[in-house]
Amino acid sequence: MTVLATILIAVMIAAAVATSVFKDLMNAVIACAAVSLIASVLFYLLDAPDVAMAEAAIGAGLTTAIFVLAIRKTERYER
Amino acid sequence: MRRAAALVLLAVLATGLAFALAAIPFGRDKIDVANHYIRSGVQETGATNLVTSVVVNYRGLDTLGEVTVLFVGAIGVGVMLFGRPTHRGSGREEASIIVATGSRLLFPLILLFGIYVLLHGHLTPGGGFQGGAVIASAFLLLYLARPGQTLSRAKLGAAEAAGGLVFVLVGVLGLFVAGHFLQDFLPKGRPGVLLSAGVIPLVYVAIGVKVGSELARIIGDLMETD
Repeated sequence: MTVLATILIAVMIAAAVATSVFKDLMNAVIACAAVSLIASVLFYLLDAPDVAMAEAAIGAGLTTAIFVLAIRKTERYER
Repeated sequence: MRRAAALVLLAVLATGLAFALAAIPFGRDKIDVANHYIRSGVQETGATNLVTSVVVNYRGLDTLGEVTVLFVGAIGVGVMLFGRPTHRGSGREEASIIVATGSRLLFPLILLFGIYVLLHGHLTPGGGFQGGAVIASAFLLLYLARPGQTLSRAKLGAAEAAGGLVFVLVGVLGLFVAGHFLQDFLPKGRPGVLLSAGVIPLVYVAIGVKVGSELARIIGDLMETD
């Protein structure tokens, strides 16, 4: 559990940094979805299945779709 | 220079936050309210899922506020995209046969799972918000498989209004029957069976319908306009 959690948290931090560094917003959105997905796994490991469910469905699923659709309507690259 | 100043400021902020968070006794028995919920939550609300008993029963007013926030967000998206030309499925790539077939098979199953999650919110993990989000993601899949898909705005709006109305009506009934807004006025029943926990299943179905139709509407607004 601790080893798994450590690895997950390390990947999550890397994805969070990548989200803010990427200039291609599509890549940033995918990295952001990875943060949400790992957060939901961590919530589950911490015995909070209710929050894990909400995070997986809303954070990793719907928010990503809404961001992708918003990028399609605006611009893909950060200036 | 400005960059260095920003880095120093960030470092100071991070250290301060680290010390402040280290002082909070996470996970230890400290808070009387939490202990009360754990000890007598099932007797007082009839819900075996304590998270739900807090979300819908003890802190129902906060949940009403959350639902309102989501409602305002959906209105914001609708207002921003209002008046944009809607596409008629032309000029857009058709989904591949794998996506189209897979989503046609998965759509009813995801819908069923969403309804299960929101109906059993007082018994197992999940509830109105989670179930509503699952239902909305089923509609997202439908849009991905059939780019020309359109959903009836009027029906989604009616479902959304009905969900909100039921939630507020349950609250007002609680005010008249039991004396406080959103107070539980139905019998608790036997904990662990589907029809138990007073108004919780009713409120969570209302929230699920409202959240599901709202999120589906946001996605529909974004997908159907150019």
